Amino acid sequence: MTLMLETLMLEAQQVCKRFGRNEVLKGINLRVPKGSVVVLLGPSGSGKSTFLRCINHLENIDAGRLYVEGELIGYREKGGALYEMRDNDICHQRANIGMVFQQFNLFPHMTAIGNVIAAPVKVKGESKVSATERGLKLLARVGLADKADTYPRQLSGGQQQRVAIARALAMEPRLMLFDEPTSALDPELVKEVLDVMQDLARDGMTMICVTHEMGFAREVADTVVFIDGGYVVEAGPPREVLLNPQQQRTKDFLSKVL
Amino acid sequence: MSETPFMNPGSAPAPPAPELIRAIPIRHYGRWLGAAVSVGIAVLIIRLFVVTPNINWGQVGHYLTFSDIFLGLQLTIVLTIAAMAVGLALGTVIAVMRLSANPVLRTVSWVYIWFFRGTPLLMQILFWFNIALILPELGIGIPFTDWGASINTNVLVTAFVAALIALGLNEAAYMSEIVRAGILVVDYGQTEAAVALGMKRGLVFRMIVLPQAMRAIIPPTGNELIGLLKNTSLVSVIAAQELLTKAQNIYARNLLVIELLIVAAFWYLLVTSLLMWGQYYVERYFARGATNRPLPPTPPQRLREWLRHRLSSTSASDAGRR
Repeated sequence: MTLMLETLMLEAQQVCKRFGRNEVLKGINLRVPKGSVVVLLGPSGSGKSTFLRCINHLENIDAGRLYVEGELIGYREKGGALYEMRDNDICHQRANIGMVFQQFNLFPHMTAIGNVIAAPVKVKGESKVSATERGLKLLARVGLADKADTYPRQLSGGQQQRVAIARALAMEPRLMLFDEPTSALDPELVKEVLDVMQDLARDGMTMICVTHEMGFAREVADTVVFIDGGYVVEAGPPREVLLNPQQQRTKDFLSKVL
Repeated sequence: MSETPFMNPGSAPAPPAPELIRAIPIRHYGRWLGAAVSVGIAVLIIRLFVVTPNINWGQVGHYLTFSDIFLGLQLTIVLTIAAMAVGLALGTVIAVMRLSANPVLRTVSWVYIWFFRGTPLLMQILFWFNIALILPELGIGIPFTDWGASINTNVLVTAFVAALIALGLNEAAYMSEIVRAGILVVDYGQTEAAVALGMKRGLVFRMIVLPQAMRAIIPPTGNELIGLLKNTSLVSVIAAQELLTKAQNIYARNLLVIELLIVAAFWYLLVTSLLMWGQYYVERYFARGATNRPLPPTPPQRLREWLRHRLSSTSASDAGRR
């Protein structure tokens, strides 16, 4: 048990989520070891984005448990009862989990560097000087050292998404969530974002990505998880799941996207 | 193989650049007629005011800088700024209450807006001026004990205080709807991104949502501010000595009615112009990052650019002539 806690980044046990009468997640089980890259695949509406949003409590779950580094997300368990967490505590948990959105969601009234340093300064209380110094390094890392003083709307989609990745990294998260990071991009801009993600994976960042980029799944992921109808249908190394799927639903899906 | 139209084979010489279009413009006779009629009417109106022997322009000039008029103007400006400050602060609180998840807060804010928007401002001014009739004494103290202090309401609620309360509370009702509209314009993804970075709700509102909402909030707030400036004249009913009241007091004595109304209009228009000028720069400040191109130059910048261009081009042509 202790060994497991030390090596596991995420553990999802029977995670269920419904919106009104619509049951989106019907019991997701998943274990993500530290340092691994997981790609969630599945048809649209299968619940993969919802599951990702549950991990940092943007959505609360209706049943099951979600643990990040052994810590229950969104609730406190005490004496057999669950207590809802206060805003402060949830913020504390979220600060350790980075998230990248399909629509980038950069703050348009702040420059690129302003976006990157906002949370470190206001949430962690880091000094502006040191946050800026780190922020410039992060922007250089995603290849945008010369765009620090540019406003997001003056950047291309690919550049905006790379700023968004730098912004998430500035909080020094232990887990990164990517929600279809390249789906809103023009085809020729996809690669620059995937390259940054691949670079992150190489550095040992634990990543959970919802994406339709099969090339990325094949080359970068350690584990591919196929979700359909609110369940994990199949999971394993990309070679097995993508090239030799065991389940009929996986085969059907792959025959449409490959 | 058939040749594809619209495609120049690689070996063909580049075609000459097409000739620029130099078409004869359409003559807009209707526009000329409309312009002539408008100018004619404008001249008639100006004549009516300038040529008439019934307006003593010398007296207008005299009272324009009369000390009593300045005192009134001062009160008008102070009331406008103070009431707008109350309106903005309270209006923002009420807007947040209306968007709250708490049904009690939502209902309270709804009732507030319902009441203060639904009754005439004039009535509200009279109500606050006469508040002493239902609350003869105002005090602070610990309930159910003898400890505390109180004051006669009529001493505390002067005409100025009543005017400020009435204008401020009324303005808050209108401002809250403007602020709420601004908040609703900001994409929810902004809140999600901020929250995902670990920001608390209050910080998200102050740092992310409100600055973006400001862009939608400012133009109608400019309207409100100018409206408020003019609504201060309503407080003449409780004898607060603002600009219009002062003007009325003077013409009651010397019967120069139109002259003093012109004086008041001049000052109202001047302050309104200053407010519009200020609004332009505030809007520019909150427009940063809102578009994918840099902001256009301000009128003074454009004037400077134009002058520099003119000066350099004339000196260049001078040099050419020499």
